[in-house]
Amino acid sequence: MQQIFNFIYKNSNRLLFLLLLGISLFLTIQSHSYHRSKVISSANFLSGGVYERINNVNEYLNLRTQNDALAQENAKLRSLLFDKKDTTSIPKLDSIRGLHPTDIIVSKVIHNSFNSHENYLTLNSGSLQGVKPDMGVINSLGIVGIIDNTSPGYSTVVSILNIKSQINAKLKKSNHFGSLGWNGKNTGFVQLTDVPRLASIRKGDTIVTGGQSVIFPENINIGTIAKIEVDDQTHYYTIQVKLFNDMTNLGHVYIIKSKDREEIINLENKRKKDE
Amino acid sequence: MNSALFVNIFRFLLLLAVQIVVFNNMNFLGYISPFPYILFIILYPVNSNKSGLLAASFFLGIIMDMFCNSGGIHTTACLVLAFYRPYLFRFSFGLSYEYQTVKLNDVLTPERFTFILLSVVIHHFVLFILEAFKISFFWDILIRTLFSTVFTIIICIIIIYLIKPNKR
Repeated sequence: MQQIFNFIYKNSNRLLFLLLLGISLFLTIQSHSYHRSKVISSANFLSGGVYERINNVNEYLNLRTQNDALAQENAKLRSLLFDKKDTTSIPKLDSIRGLHPTDIIVSKVIHNSFNSHENYLTLNSGSLQGVKPDMGVINSLGIVGIIDNTSPGYSTVVSILNIKSQINAKLKKSNHFGSLGWNGKNTGFVQLTDVPRLASIRKGDTIVTGGQSVIFPENINIGTIAKIEVDDQTHYYTIQVKLFNDMTNLGHVYIIKSKDREEIINLENKRKKDE
Repeated sequence: MNSALFVNIFRFLLLLAVQIVVFNNMNFLGYISPFPYILFIILYPVNSNKSGLLAASFFLGIIMDMFCNSGGIHTTACLVLAFYRPYLFRFSFGLSYEYQTVKLNDVLTPERFTFILLSVVIHHFVLFILEAFKISFFWDILIRTLFSTVFTIIICIIIIYLIKPNKR
């Protein structure tokens, strides 16, 4: 017994090191292995509050660009209105699902990272505003990411610039789809893989979100084709997509709350259970 | 004793704050950012409590991870650096470092530079390995380690010179 105590006393530093190292490696491996199981994230009172303060200061510095972006978005929406035959006509009411299948929550990016392989954003709205994990996040130019963790006041977003992110996307002109990921290299480009060779694609074609995703509505802009490669092993296309969004400069974003999402997921789970 | 404790707590908070507010937003060429917060571990008093250092670096890393959304990579890197610090001292200052009064917070000598260089390299290498977590990013890890190390060392040395108590 004495020897055990002696051993522990003599090696107390080493044991403490191993214990703490075990905890930290556990956190590391967990954050890499699972899609969403972060124990420690910046969606909390402390870091969210700090980032909000910092952002309050930074916001003044790019008010002008934010204003320009908003004015452009307004102009685009205006032009949609002008196309209508009758601007006063009310959209048709769907008596089962209500007026819109999706709701939108406006939010602001208070922290943005784009320099590592796994990038996350922090937003200043959380579960009190109705934000839940796995909601889509877009802005006026295109998609931004998917909600990861939420706290009462803040939420974190898996950016599309994250090697773990996988989003269903398709060509705008045909319905050939693939999955959109990031290879961790350039912040301006993402990769669309598994597009069949049958698809006729050209440089400059637009890529939009696909209809298979329950997170994003269909036809939200992502980017244009910059380079087309053919994978040696699978013989599918791997397409370099130039993003419409500048992911290094994000201000206001919209969180998409899909009303059909739960219904679709429940239905699919039911089928899995039956099998 | 107490003043040393206060200096350390002050350094801990100040370096973390500066790292989060300023240096985390520095992205030289898009992906090179410095991590001078590890100066806390480098400048920790040589003969002080070692388990205290381990616990402090654990919290230092975990706060960084919380702000960077990075799981446990900063924590692991800080712990490894804190644990191997005595060996680095022995390597750069010779066997009898414990009996000398090693002061890092002073004019840059080759020994001090070796120590800072090795500490930063070890920390950054562990950090970037765990961040990529894939062997296919090997060259990427090396390049990031190299550039970030240079960047961090330059900033560390500038900070040391700035906060150096002026005696003469």
